[in-house]
Amino acid sequence: MKLSKSPWLLHYDASSCNGCDIEVLAATTPRFDVERFGIINTGNPKHADILVITGGVNNQAKSVVKQIYSQMPEPKVVVAAGICACDGGIFKDCYNIMGGVDKVIPVDVYVPGCAVRPEALIDGVVKALAILDQKRDAMKSHAACEINYDKNSDTKEKNQA
Amino acid sequence: MRDFLWLIMIILYLGLAPVLGVLASGYDRVVTARMQGRQGPPFLQPYYDIMKLFQKEAIVVNWLQTAMVVSFLMFTIFTGCLFFAGGDILLVFFAHSLAEVLLILAACSANSPYSNLGAQREYIQMMAYEPMTLLVAIGFYLVCGSFNVADIIQINMPAIIKLPGFFIGYCFILIIKFRKSPFDLSTSHHAHQEMVKGLTQDISGNVLGIMELGELYENVLLVGILALFFITREPWTWLLAAVCCSVVYFLIILIDNIFPRVKWEVMFKYTWLVTFGFAGSNFLILMMLRR
Repeated sequence: MKLSKSPWLLHYDASSCNGCDIEVLAATTPRFDVERFGIINTGNPKHADILVITGGVNNQAKSVVKQIYSQMPEPKVVVAAGICACDGGIFKDCYNIMGGVDKVIPVDVYVPGCAVRPEALIDGVVKALAILDQKRDAMKSHAACEINYDKNSDTKEKNQA
Repeated sequence: MRDFLWLIMIILYLGLAPVLGVLASGYDRVVTARMQGRQGPPFLQPYYDIMKLFQKEAIVVNWLQTAMVVSFLMFTIFTGCLFFAGGDILLVFFAHSLAEVLLILAACSANSPYSNLGAQREYIQMMAYEPMTLLVAIGFYLVCGSFNVADIIQINMPAIIKLPGFFIGYCFILIIKFRKSPFDLSTSHHAHQEMVKGLTQDISGNVLGIMELGELYENVLLVGILALFFITREPWTWLLAAVCCSVVYFLIILIDNIFPRVKWEVMFKYTWLVTFGFAGSNFLILMMLRR
């Protein structure tokens, strides 16, 4: 079964002007019924699969973003929503702005826009779902690789002996 | 032959309870969505959710929490087996309380304030509904003269005829047990939770999957106890029980959708009022009739 059938979403505002946040929240309201795709808006990073993050990340939000990301269990994906989250946007040159979420944590999908359009956001989340499945497969094959690696190291040692 | 039958019931419970639990939960989510004018998730969404959780990594805050959650599942399954094997209903309620306490200890063992607050509220919920569970056991004893489930299902007429107050009280605490609004204080299936995920805050990935599985077993057990109000020695009453349980389940979903969450004081007050108002007066009348 694919992970993408049950994506639980976490939304964090890392110093956004709130324009993108309003769009993100609006897209997850019952009116647009994202639950038909199994998406649940959870407030808990430990239950989340997708982190939707807005804003260019200022100094204060930096440690919070890192902590939230580290609290999410693997496999996980990050969607940078809005141009500020992508590269800092009009705040890029501010003294306190990191200039994009990818300066702090790895980002999988970039969704530009000021504010981000709901259609673009939904497209971005759908792209993220495909990446989520890929990451799950990679985790499985990675686990298999580790076993192979161990076997190889055994044979190497034997060869050396 | 009789022992053999109970063995079959245990195997059926072990195998079918998660299936029934997932179907009931899927029905709940689709009906809730339709009540809100939405299409809602696929019918098997709870199955997808649990399968996803089992594929995820668990961030374990301490080994004690995982041990407690696994013990919660074990004790819930044990309780269900005891019930469906026709065991003592008092023991069923006590073992069930122990399972619940293990879950609270799991939440207490984490450092997160949300988790601890969820655990505290779960204690308050237990304080609210425990008198009613004990009264249910006593009610069945007054009607049947036995605490054994095997004897209770052999009575002549449905227990609800003599125990209407107990039935109302039990339905009331089912709202708390199913974690439904207005009484979903400790944790909620919905996003409208002021302390994030409360009780389940620090339980993640496949450990959360184990907990969800435990809750499925628990829900089937609770509906089983509800069915006990209708089942007699006549086979057709099993059908009656199935229909009545479905109606009660639908009503709980309806209540979930039309009431906002209340504060714990209100929950506590109303639960005890209903417990002692309905079940208590029913109990007194039964005692007077026995004289």
